[in-house]
Amino acid sequence: MAEFVMPKLGADMTAGTLVAWLKQPGDIVERGDIVAQVETDKGVIDVEIFASGVLEKLFVQPGEKVPVGTVLATVTASDTGSAAPTIPRASQGIAAATVATTTPAAVGPPAASAPSAAARPGTSSAARMRMSPSARRLARERGVDPTQLAGSGPAGAITREDILQAAPAQAAPRDTTIPPPSPAAVGPASGPSDQRARMRAVIAAAMSRSKREIPHYYLSNQVDLERAVTWLAEQNRQRAVTQRLLIGVLFLKAVALALREVPELNALWNGSAAEPISAIHVGAAIALRQGGLVAPALHHTDQQSLDDLMRKFRDLVARARAGALRSSELSDPTITVTSLGEQGVDAVYGIIYPPQVALVGFGKVVERPWVVGGQVEVRHVVETTLSADHRVTDGHRGATFLAALERILQEPEKL
Amino acid sequence: MNASELRSQVLTILGDIAPEADLSCIAPDKSLRDQIDIDSMDLLNFVIALHERLHVDIPEADYPQLATLDGCLRYLSAAIPMSG
Repeated sequence: MAEFVMPKLGADMTAGTLVAWLKQPGDIVERGDIVAQVETDKGVIDVEIFASGVLEKLFVQPGEKVPVGTVLATVTASDTGSAAPTIPRASQGIAAATVATTTPAAVGPPAASAPSAAARPGTSSAARMRMSPSARRLARERGVDPTQLAGSGPAGAITREDILQAAPAQAAPRDTTIPPPSPAAVGPASGPSDQRARMRAVIAAAMSRSKREIPHYYLSNQVDLERAVTWLAEQNRQRAVTQRLLIGVLFLKAVALALREVPELNALWNGSAAEPISAIHVGAAIALRQGGLVAPALHHTDQQSLDDLMRKFRDLVARARAGALRSSELSDPTITVTSLGEQGVDAVYGIIYPPQVALVGFGKVVERPWVVGGQVEVRHVVETTLSADHRVTDGHRGATFLAALERILQEPEKL
Repeated sequence: MNASELRSQVLTILGDIAPEADLSCIAPDKSLRDQIDIDSMDLLNFVIALHERLHVDIPEADYPQLATLDGCLRYLSAAIPMSG
């Protein structure tokens, strides 16, 4: 039997509110299935399960706020012998959503078998629909699949009224053992401004803790990006519009590959020491339109092709802005990459997101005079930066990382 | 498609990308990036949506011509058959 627990979805998360169960007792669940939605200060998060079997018993009802680690449900192992329950991140300072009680712990990539986001409501397909954030939130709260609705608003937009009208009809076929939560039951019936304020508070707490506890050191390096920019322009010239790449995806992949050479930076601080992480899950900082910031993981970034990374990054940005991230995406990053170049910033000296031990920044890609073979040429240049935890690495290793990043960016065709 | 329909289509797509933006306040000759805070991912999504809805392929080299609403409408008017 395995226990499905309230996950820790951020460095300073201590409790979460169960918004809804998406599976009911008796349902068969597969590792990676989304079984519940949890409200945190970063919004409503889809929580995946990391064991396969039959959902046996629910211990927490929608609307209840419980501490991280509280058992929400139990899962009995399936007869099919599919993936045994594991503890994906239990030793890494970030709680996994499922804790095995009968099998030895194993560390593994928790989202490897996760279903594609496009296959379920509330993510990609829903994200592309025209609907306001409040209607999107209401759909989640009422368990309404907006992809099944015809919008009555301007240009077919789905309105809150559409959701409210559809709620009883769509809710009817569901198992009513656990009633869908009412807005009041969900607890913090927060509006967008409340949510923004709460997210701001969470960011403030995490960043204050980081600056208080982590002795940062900072390095920067100006990188000749001419080859990468030229290669990318040629690639995009040949590609269909839907297949084009962004320079940011090259940055993400290059960081992941450079981490293979300086793996000490791909680690999590457990309170007394850094634990190296074998899997490289780069967290991509994404600014939210309503304010605030999330940095969800692109799992196994180093192993993805640029095309796969681009597709997943595009999906991740859409879901981050639609409030449809998954628990593993918030709990799994092993390093964060941030880019503020589009705002015209030359360089970013970021604050490490604990328990990570490093953050990589990219500034604006600009044309600058650059000396090549004794001649001054106009080249595209970007300033890369590293913020790193001095308890874990020294400047020499940090410099080695930035040098590796520069070298890797000189061969974009190998990314 | 006439100019009014084209403008409506473009604004609809922008509304999908930036649902929180008040599109009625957009100054047609001012930078869309500055007014509704679109980034490179949003711009790519905008170009993809134009491709899917209006069947127009916009090379990356032409992206600067889409910097303002007026620029978009000018570019698209020349790229797709227009009536009226």
